[in-house]
Formats: sequence, structure tokens, C-alpha cells
Amino acid sequence: MIELKNVQKSYDGGATLAVADTSLTIERGEFLGLIGASGCGKTTTLKMINRLEEPSSGEILVNGRNVIDQNPEQLRRNIGYVFQGIGLFPHRTVAENVAAVPQLLQWSAGDIRARCEECMEMVGLPFDEYGDRSPSQLSGGQQQRIGVARALAARPEVVLMDEPFGALDPITRSELQEEFKSIQQNMALTVVMVTHDMTEALLLADRIAVMREGVVLQIGTPKELLNNPSHDYVRDIVAMPRRRAQRLEELMRNE
Amino acid sequence: MSDNLREQLLLLPAYFQGHLMLTLAAISMGVLISVPLGVWAEQSARVKRPLLAVVSIIQTFPSLAILALVVALLGGRIGFLPAFIALTLYSMLPIVRNTVTGLESVSASVIDAAKGIGMSPNQILREVKLPLAMPVIVAGIRTAMVWTVGLATLSTLVGATSFGNYIFTGLQTRNLVAVTVGSLASASLAVSLDGLVASMQWLLEKRSEAADSATLKRIRLSVYGITAIIVCLALYGLIPKPRADFVVAGKPFTEQYIMAGLLAQELEEAGFSVEQRLGMGSAVVYEAIRNGTVDVYVEYTGTVWANFMSRESNPGRQGIRSGVVGFLEEQNVTTVGFTGFQNRYALAMRRDRALELGVTSIEDLIPIAAELSAGSDLEFFGRTEWFRLRDLYNMDFADKLTFDVSLMYTAVAERQVDVISAYTTDGRVAAYDLLLLDDPRNALLAYDAMILASANAAAQPKFMQVLDTLVDSIPDEAMRQANRLVDVNGESITVALEYLRGEMTKN
Repeated sequence: MIELKNVQKSYDGGATLAVADTSLTIERGEFLGLIGASGCGKTTTLKMINRLEEPSSGEILVNGRNVIDQNPEQLRRNIGYVFQGIGLFPHRTVAENVAAVPQLLQWSAGDIRARCEECMEMVGLPFDEYGDRSPSQLSGGQQQRIGVARALAARPEVVLMDEPFGALDPITRSELQEEFKSIQQNMALTVVMVTHDMTEALLLADRIAVMREGVVLQIGTPKELLNNPSHDYVRDIVAMPRRRAQRLEELMRNE
Repeated sequence: MSDNLREQLLLLPAYFQGHLMLTLAAISMGVLISVPLGVWAEQSARVKRPLLAVVSIIQTFPSLAILALVVALLGGRIGFLPAFIALTLYSMLPIVRNTVTGLESVSASVIDAAKGIGMSPNQILREVKLPLAMPVIVAGIRTAMVWTVGLATLSTLVGATSFGNYIFTGLQTRNLVAVTVGSLASASLAVSLDGLVASMQWLLEKRSEAADSATLKRIRLSVYGITAIIVCLALYGLIPKPRADFVVAGKPFTEQYIMAGLLAQELEEAGFSVEQRLGMGSAVVYEAIRNGTVDVYVEYTGTVWANFMSRESNPGRQGIRSGVVGFLEEQNVTTVGFTGFQNRYALAMRRDRALELGVTSIEDLIPIAAELSAGSDLEFFGRTEWFRLRDLYNMDFADKLTFDVSLMYTAVAERQVDVISAYTTDGRVAAYDLLLLDDPRNALLAYDAMILASANAAAQPKFMQVLDTLVDSIPDEAMRQANRLVDVNGESITVALEYLRGEMTKN
């Protein structure tokens, strides 16, 4: 469970707030989407959860413990992270990339090897075939599958995702979205995913927090957002996927 | 194979060993200092700018100046240490710069990822940034390596052994075989070391390849083998050799090579072991005899008078002699005695040109000097002797050109200049039929050759006995002919030395 209590973040000593007085609770096993335009504070909010950024005020608790009281490196090793730019280590093999966090946690070689095989199987890239390859020999979609495998390798309960599927082509993206959703449900992962793609948020998230200028405007299930937008801004950003869905439905009816 | 080539190749092992040790020591120290500095600079903008500025400025200093400065800073110490320090300083720029560039070029998304999965700053540096920057850093090390191998040849001038011994001796004694052997040896060493580092890097990159082919294994084995041999060769030089009884030194021109050879032979025949440090700079060798790193060499009274005593007057030959001997005594340097010949500056012209203009002494030049061009070695026109000559005769030349010594003689012989500052014992004076002009107003200094000994060596009676036999034993003409054998006839130093010993009037 992740709790944000009156969290604020300012980069200029309080003159402007990147994140203003935000409180959120993400239940165990819940998938939360953080959505908004560039610069709305969604990525800052995400990064404060594993202390890549530090809040200016307020508290963040992960499983009941204040993150500020924890060693930042230890904290990050226990939280999975899937990066926007994928960020695989180009000088290491695919298997070594997946093994990165277990290695930092000093697991035994046997445990690491077994877990790598398991995770790579889970993302559909068998160890025997792909383990010794270099990341540059993989396609973009395969690379991000390995990015997901790396995030899950140390069996974290919490996974943070920063626009993980943004750079992929639409077909690969929807494949990965669906696969990740089922992994998340099977393992009961607590996930916070930053995205600017409303359709992605609506399809994957249990609840969605819409942010603008550092403020969470509305938080609710996809259904609540679609049916009862509390702000014009929320209404606007759900309008496009809604129109598309209606248009597709009409097309199928006319068939 | 010619005698000359055989003679040169016999010197190869010692020169190779010296050059290799110097290069590897300097490069290793350069890497040990520069890579951490580069890492520090990459992390702190406050360090980066000044550091890069300093290493760049070091690079812009002429390499000879750096060597001379290091010798001076070490209180006149010569040999391996100053050369090692100067070369290390010189190797720094490419390594520091490439370390900074390499680290900076690691993609931000990879570093963010390393941080995000929980690597500490140290782990990010060691496990992500340094490995990814390694190809760029190694490229910098290779650049430094090639520079250092080339620059190490200059260390001969401060008394360290290197392939430069071939090059400087060869240039001064017009021994093209020696120059060629030295240059080729230095170039091959640069290419081989560069290739070795490149193949080590290649092997490191192949390390992660699971399938080890037999070829790869063979290559790896041979690269490690060659590396081990080279390191052993370099380390071999660090084993202290039994110190020779005496160190004989000389400056970089023919007469000095012959005289150093003579001193060495006489001492060896008397049963002493001798080490020779040849081709050293004038100020460097003088400093070395004062502090005892050199035991004996041949100096000239005029050089001590003008350069080391900074006197501008000219009290005449005897006046300079006694002034210099007294001064050297105060400097803790013993004057064993004068050899009998004098190698001073004299203005010289082609005999036919002098006849044509009706010139026999410098006074005859006064009315026509403004229409003549003059050539000198690299220093004459900067010496107080020239200023005194100019003032005493109240004349100046239309053009004043400076040359390498051999080219200066060629220039006057081929009528490109009218007058040169010749050396009176130079064999080329006779070979090109030059006329030495009289100096009735005594502008030019006397340069009596004298044997100088360090205080330590002078305290040994047998050493002094041996060298006493050389006092007043070499007439001007004998020295001139010996020089001529090398400079004009292209004979080796050994041949000239044999000739000289035959001509000597032994006491």
C-alpha cells in the first residue's frame, strides 16, 4: 500500500509548486494511472515514491514506512521501476540486465539464474534463446519486455512505471499492455503508471488520477471519469477516447 | 652489413630497454593520475574547467622546455626521473580529456535507470559509467602512448637513455644510419604498443561472448604473452645495475662525442668501469657535474665565462682561464687541466669570396657588412660575444640567419650567406676551404677545452692520474682532423677516436 499525505514539491524554494498538497492512497494490488499533460507533476509524483525526488513537505508511506526514513538505494531495490527510455545497460547481456537488481541484493548465483529464466519466460523471451544477446540485438518491443522483466526480477510488491509503452508502435504497445495487465493481476502487484495516453489509462488502470499544474483534479475509476467528470479539463481529456470508441462502435454496427 | 650499421645495432638492446621503461612508466603513471582526475572533473564543474585548462597549457609548452623546467625544479637532477615526470605530465591531456568526454557521453537514460533500480553513486560509476566510457578512455590512452613514445626520444637531452641517443648523436655526427635506426625503432615501438593496447581492448569487449572459439583463445594467449614479455623487459631496467665507477658525459656535437669516448677509454684502460651519458644539454651537464651525477666531461672556458659566470667583458685568453678556474673551484668543480686545443667562435668566409672582397680580418668587413648576409648556429647571435663584436667594430650585417650547424656550413659553402660563425676546430672549416678572419679588437672569447671533474671523482688519486695524461696532449690540428673524419668523411666516432689517440702527444 502506498500513501501520499499532503505531499508538496517545489524546485524553487516554494515560489512555484510542481506538486501541490497532494494526498493519495493506492491499495495493495491496485493499478493507479497518473495522467496529465507534460509538466503537470505526474512524473515528479511518481519519482517521489522511490525517492528519485524528495518531497518538500508531506509524507510518503510505502507499506506503512515513511520513505524518508529508508536508505534510498535499499528502497529502490525493493520497488520495481520501468523506465520511459527503457534504459537497458548496453554493455551487459539481456540476462545480466534482468539479473541487475537481484545482484544488487546479493542473491546467490543459482537463485539469480532461476529467477532470470522465470521472468524472461513470463515476458515471452526464453532465457536459452535471448539470455546471451546484447540489448542492441533486440527490437524496441523486446527491449521493453526485458525492461519489465528487470523490474519484476526481485519480486517487488510495488512497481512504478514512467510512460513505459510510449515509444512503441501501436500493435506492440497494445500487446505489451495486455500482457502486463495480466501479469499485474496474477501477481497482485501494486502499480503506479504515469502516462499521457488516456486510452491506455482507461484500459489498464483500476483508478485514474488526473493532474493539472501540480494538482490532482479528480481521482476515480475509468467509469466514474467517463460518466461523471468533475472538471471541464477531465471532460476534455476523456472526450477523445470516448468519441473514438463511439465511432468504432458505429462502424462495426454498419457492417 | 656495414660496420656502421652493426655498431648501431649493438646499441639497440640498451636503448630499447631505456625507451620502453621510460614510456611504460610514464604512461602507467599518467593513467593512474589522469583517469581519477577525469572522473573527478566529470562530477564537478568547478574542477573540470581549471583542470582541463591546466593540462591543455602543459601540452602547449614546448616539450624541451618542460624537460628543462623539470630538471631545474629537481635541483639539476638528470636521468630517468626528470624525463619520467615530464613525459607523465605530457601524457595527461588526452587521457583526462577522453575520460571526461567518455563519462559525459554515457546516455542519461541509462544512468537514470541505474539510479532507479537502486545502484549507489559508486556502483553507477564502476559498473555503468566507466565500462561504457572505456572505449573512449582507451582511445585517449592510445593517443598518449603514441605521443609519449615519440617524445621520449627528447629525454636523451637530460641524460636518460632512449632511442633519442641514436637520433641526437646521428644528427650531430651526420650519421644517417644512426638517425634512421633510431627513428624506425621509435616508430615501431609506437605502432606495436598501440596495437597491443588495441588488441587488449578488443579482447575485453569479447569477454562477454559465451562461445570461446579456439582462435579467440589463441589470440588471447598471445596478447597476454606479449604483454607479459614487454612488462618484464621494462621491469628489468628497474633492477639496480652495479653503478659504474665514473659517469662520463658530453654535449651533442662531434667533438664532444669524441672527447667523451677518449675519457671513457682512458678510464676503462686503467681498470675503471664507466657509464657514458652523451648528447646532454650544456646547462644540464654543467649542473650535473656540480651535484655529482656526472663525474667528468670536457667544457670550454668561454662557455663557463659567458654562460655560467654571465661575464660580458673579455680579459683575454689567460684572464678567462684563471677567472674560470677560480669560479669553478667555488662551485665545487675541479679543473683537471686544459687539453691543449681551443674551439672558439670565429667569423669565417669562403676563401675565394674573401679574396674577391679583399677581407682578411673582421675590420675589413666594417665598410661592407651592411651588404653582407651572415649565418650562425642556433645561439651565436644571441650571445654577448656577438653584441660585443657588433659594438667594438661598429657594424651589423644586412641579414642574420640561424641554422643547424651542418646546414650553416653548407649555406656558406653554397654562397647562400657570406659570413658564418664557424668553430675553430671544426673539420668543415678546412673541408670547405673557409678563411677564419682575424679578430684584432678581441671581441670573441677564448674557448680552451678543459677537463672538469666532480668533487667526488677528483678526490680519487688514481682517477686524477689517468686524466692528467690527457692534459696538453691534443693540438688544435689533431682535434680538427678528428672532427673532419666524422663530419666530412662520414667515419664513425670510433675511427676518429683511434686517429686522435695516434696524434696525441702523450705526457
